[in-house]
Amino acid sequence: MARIAFERLAHGYPGSSAYALKPMDMVWENAGAYALLGPSGCGKTTLLNIVSGLLRPREGRVLFDGHDVTALPTERRNVAQVFQFPVVYDTMTVRENLAFPLRNRGVPAAQARMRVEHVAGLLGLAGMLDRRARNLGADDKQKISLGRGLVRDDVAAILFDEPLTVIDPHLKWELRSRLKELHRQVPVTMIYVTHDQTEALTFADRVVVMSEGEVVQVGTPEALFERPAHSFVGHFIGSPGMNFLPCAVEGDAALLPGGHRISLPRAYGPLTGKVELGIRPEFAALAQEGLPVTLRRIEDLGRRRIARVELQGVPFAATLPEGMVVPAEPRLALDPARLHVYADGRLVEGRG
Amino acid sequence: MAKPVDNRAWFLVLPVVALVAFSALIPVMTVVNYSVQDSFGNNEFFWNGTGWFKELLDPSTDLGGRFLDALWRTLLFSGLCLLIEVPLGIGVALTLPRRGWGVAASLVLLALPLLIPWNVVGTIWQVFARRDIGLLGAAVNGLGIEYNYAQSPLAAWVTVVAMDVWHWTSLVVLLCYAGLRAIPDAYYQAAKVDGASSWAVFRAIQLPKMQRVLTIAILLRFMDSFMIYTEPFVVTGGGPGNATTFLSIDLVKIALGQFDLGKAAAMSIVYNLIVLTVCWIFFATTTRSQSEAVQ
Repeated sequence: MARIAFERLAHGYPGSSAYALKPMDMVWENAGAYALLGPSGCGKTTLLNIVSGLLRPREGRVLFDGHDVTALPTERRNVAQVFQFPVVYDTMTVRENLAFPLRNRGVPAAQARMRVEHVAGLLGLAGMLDRRARNLGADDKQKISLGRGLVRDDVAAILFDEPLTVIDPHLKWELRSRLKELHRQVPVTMIYVTHDQTEALTFADRVVVMSEGEVVQVGTPEALFERPAHSFVGHFIGSPGMNFLPCAVEGDAALLPGGHRISLPRAYGPLTGKVELGIRPEFAALAQEGLPVTLRRIEDLGRRRIARVELQGVPFAATLPEGMVVPAEPRLALDPARLHVYADGRLVEGRG
Repeated sequence: MAKPVDNRAWFLVLPVVALVAFSALIPVMTVVNYSVQDSFGNNEFFWNGTGWFKELLDPSTDLGGRFLDALWRTLLFSGLCLLIEVPLGIGVALTLPRRGWGVAASLVLLALPLLIPWNVVGTIWQVFARRDIGLLGAAVNGLGIEYNYAQSPLAAWVTVVAMDVWHWTSLVVLLCYAGLRAIPDAYYQAAKVDGASSWAVFRAIQLPKMQRVLTIAILLRFMDSFMIYTEPFVVTGGGPGNATTFLSIDLVKIALGQFDLGKAAAMSIVYNLIVLTVCWIFFATTTRSQSEAVQ
């Protein structure tokens, strides 16, 4: 169990001066459930491998409970890692697989046996301890990978590198809830890398959103939804993602394309760069009153309907309220409390 | 859906049947034909039934004793070759570089002996191991160790086995290397996380993942070494005495040296059946243990 901190951490791969991971400072609290979320190639796996020690960062330090572990190899860091593709030792039984990390560390057999049975119980593997690991399904193999991390009672953190990639959809849900349940029973720091927002938002207490080697926001799932710190977060989280409208801001009013003026909940000072107004489709609805828009199409998502419209040529997604007949001259009503102003992609804090 | 049946399609198979008959079936039947007869030259043949086979399988007879001796020598040779080449091949494969220019360089170097024809390998070693002008032979004798493959059976065996190791270990190395390269990185990373020593990595990951290629390597090396002919024939000619007279060399001595076609035919059939049986047993047991593990 450990509190993990990064100090001016940065990494670049050999042969390239560019950063794969831009300099950053961050703290992950002990026993937290964190998700690293971002598209492929955003640096989340790089960060994970730095934590586990498979990669040594080019700059900065990694601290576990205040101890500098930057130079320590993986095997001396007490971390466990579950990989994208299930890794089991083919020739061993489930029991031997689970006992492997303990055997390597010279834990007495009786103690190892107890730990293995305890962990097998937690993971629902108790009934198959004496089966050959290679014959099991991908979901059970992933449980074994996870179990090899859990058997060590000194484990500082468990890292998951897109662990559900090869799991059948109907088992994904079950495994995810079991993982969440497990985190409640075993208070260990868990770090979960994924590009799937549903996985990240359901698993984590705090989500670290990354883009192009940079951490763009760390926050609770609600915060990411309600106050995206960056337009990337707005786009990436939610489906469909946040709408962004180019605008000019004067005090507590925004001037939209087409000359429409709407009032904002907060006042803003002078802004530079590309200024945009952001609002989630959930808080923008087609209505009788509001901004005139052109309707392009309706998407029926089953539980709700999304209207794809254009506002002065800017594509925009809005909610079509339940039971509403598509109006002949559709207009757009925005919930003023949910309007955010972005300058060059970053959220601007308003006053009041 | 009913499939259209047209028996004329059998005609399409005819060329293959003819070719196989010509290249395999007829020669084999000729051997079978010889094996039940005795010849006294002048193309005169006499019916001998299973006589040669009985004699061959009875060690108290002249032919049977000779056959058994050669069989033991061949088995010992195959056993030695496998015992040296397989562990050595695995060891070398483990130490080969995984990336960079060293990969291509070492693979090319390793492949070189495999490209040399058998009789050339024999000639190379015949000269290489000579005590008067051979680099190896002269050097060993220079160190004060008595080494003469033309006189000492032990020296002859060392030479023949060393030659096979030199020629064929590369094959085992290349197969094992391919097997090792197929192991995903995640396995090594997981082993690191689990704190495995390099021996544990070898036992838990590398060896099991090489199982299939090793099956092939052992099978190939067994068949090849069990049927070896050219290299020892060139180097020692089966000598000194009969010390390195393997089954194949003995077979040629009987067939072409003494022109005992009947004996030689019976012997080659038994020889062939031994190779088939050993390979079948080996293949059946290894694949069964693999498929059991999969179910």
